[in-house]
Amino acid sequence: MSTETQNAPEAAAENGERRLNMIEAINEALDLKMSEDPDIIVMGEDVGYFGGVFRATAGLQEKHGKSRVFDTPISECGIIGAAVGMGAYGLRPVPEIQFADYIYPGLDQLISEAARLRYRSANDYIAPMTVRSPFGGGIFGGQTHSQSPEALFAHVAGLKTVIPATPYDAKGLLIAAIEDNDPVIFFEPKRIYNAPFTGYYDKPVEPWKKHRDSVVPEGKYSIPLGKARIVQEGEALTVIAYGTMVHVAEAVCREKGVDAEIIDLRTIVPLDIEAIEASVKKTGKCLIVHEATRTAGFGAELSALVTERCFYHLEAPVERVTGFDTPYPHSLEWAYFPGPVRIGEALDRILEA
Amino acid sequence: MAKPARTRKTTAKKALAKKAATKKASAKKPAAKPAAGDEDFVLHSLQDAHEKSPRYDASDDELMKFYEQMLLIRRFEEKAGQLYGLGLIGGFCHLYIGQEAVAIGLQSALNNDTDSVITGYRDHGHMLAYGIDPNVIMAELTGRQAGISKGKGGSMHMFSTEHKFYGGHGIVGAQVALGGGLALAHQYNEDGGICLAYFGDGAANQGQVYETFNMAALWKLPIVFVIENNGYAMGTAVKRSSAETEFYRRGTAFRIPGMDVNGMDVLEVRNAAELAFEHVRGGNGPVLMELNTYRYRGHSMSDPAKYRTREEVQEKRDHHDPIEGIKKTLLERGKTEEDLKAIDKAIRARVAESADFAENSPEPEPSELYTDVLVEEY
Repeated sequence: MSTETQNAPEAAAENGERRLNMIEAINEALDLKMSEDPDIIVMGEDVGYFGGVFRATAGLQEKHGKSRVFDTPISECGIIGAAVGMGAYGLRPVPEIQFADYIYPGLDQLISEAARLRYRSANDYIAPMTVRSPFGGGIFGGQTHSQSPEALFAHVAGLKTVIPATPYDAKGLLIAAIEDNDPVIFFEPKRIYNAPFTGYYDKPVEPWKKHRDSVVPEGKYSIPLGKARIVQEGEALTVIAYGTMVHVAEAVCREKGVDAEIIDLRTIVPLDIEAIEASVKKTGKCLIVHEATRTAGFGAELSALVTERCFYHLEAPVERVTGFDTPYPHSLEWAYFPGPVRIGEALDRILEA
Repeated sequence: MAKPARTRKTTAKKALAKKAATKKASAKKPAAKPAAGDEDFVLHSLQDAHEKSPRYDASDDELMKFYEQMLLIRRFEEKAGQLYGLGLIGGFCHLYIGQEAVAIGLQSALNNDTDSVITGYRDHGHMLAYGIDPNVIMAELTGRQAGISKGKGGSMHMFSTEHKFYGGHGIVGAQVALGGGLALAHQYNEDGGICLAYFGDGAANQGQVYETFNMAALWKLPIVFVIENNGYAMGTAVKRSSAETEFYRRGTAFRIPGMDVNGMDVLEVRNAAELAFEHVRGGNGPVLMELNTYRYRGHSMSDPAKYRTREEVQEKRDHHDPIEGIKKTLLERGKTEEDLKAIDKAIRARVAESADFAENSPEPEPSELYTDVLVEEY
């Protein structure tokens, strides 16, 4: 199934179809779902009149009206709490939290209410909401505009956590998230909103329009939550990544000529463990890459799972390349960022083992 | 249970009102209107006193100092904007241009030995108001080792223990609760200090602000809540984000007296500050001040500010500019254009020096990544 979805944009490219960046793809997914389902409401700080600080909701208020796309006060706890209530009453709110770093005031509502409502009401009530939020670093945001808190949400039973890495996936996954009947945290890697990022920060950035996965079909399609994408097949080792780090890992493997099988998880909960298991059993080696801090990061879970399921196939220790266990610094951003140097060193160690 | 409690509260409040009235009468400020029979007297007594004589009577020297301090902020911020354009400042940068009178008027009335200050991400002006070396502020903006937070905080996250300045906070409204804690520490230590907690009209809608209001009023904490109302929460105009746009009234439900202050006139700000600080120092609990001001630039450097008209900004610049206002008063008092030009020249040179310093300072060593995370290095 993974291979099938990967081929879709390539086939589309041959047909000369249009290319979008990630912002445009997200905007289109919202527009399309709003046009088809009057229960979908977009709300958040500056999302209406202003169209979102990253422009993800541009034009939606004009098209769908102020009752469906509206600005909220700066009240993250209130925004998420209201969305839970709206969801329980049958709407499908898609609140935006302007930066993932701002989500913490809403954690009580997400963890104690959104994630638990279905369970404690024995399925009487659900919270079908999709919390969109830009996350990750690479834009000099410093400690309050750069974080990758996905592991916190993966740890909470009752939430799904989705992280797209391409425009094609962003549209398909967002549509699936909105249609999903459970609360979904939809983290958008803001460093790659406008262009994929290879991690070689001193080299010029190529726009999305030149990337194969920027071909986004018009109309509706969805990508099932819990199905990873095989970015490239390979034999030497398995590299597991998501979000921005998919592109960094891909670039480093290309630069070093490593025949890696790269897996883009797309969703960390639910997790496509079958795809991981099949790949690691084939290659015998595994590198996990994420931008978030290391200790108790999602890489720790992945490493444990790989070890549990593939132990007798492993030919080298499972390695993690991650952010350091520090706050995200303002300066030294590229020292913190788990970029090509650290990924390259890890690849060398694993391949030499 | 409810009834006796209510009686006690009323009695206490009347006593408080009486005390305030006595105090006012003996002070040089004109007495506020009589308290007799007015349940909510304390809620508006400060405002009444302020309105009776809204402008601080500054000496020539004081006036000149206000002018210089505000001009330093203005020129510093203009330079920061330029450095951002040149790529020397990265990420986020929120300029204070237009709001200078707020920080100068308030902080000039503080007792710098005892009082603490905490604010949000638009913090350059508050640091300059203390007289903190512009070099180390500019170096922080450019992420250099010589920056006041070693470059690790950046524009939004700067601190100074020397001045009891507790930052510089990037999360909207989060600093207000910390301000409550600072005030509780002042009270616990009986050090006579008060806390000045700044936040914006946008932050005023965060839930934790009201949790702090309640605790501060309940425990009579020595804190002055300062809402810098610049009209826009990022791109959202006040009237589109706030049910009660008269922010000084937002403490009423917690029995916190409010003050509605013209934040574009440093003398009015200073006058209101003295009244508020005196009230708080007297052990009467918190005061909520709304400072009506305006930011000329966008919310941050990436904001084209398309949510307001050019004319609106120009009107503020032409008719309400805090620096031009004081300049006029200075000229009336006998200063010449030449005097003021010389000051501007000196300030520009000082700011240029800070930019050179910032540009020529090294970036922090990579080993700095792991320092200051916990007590020990790890």
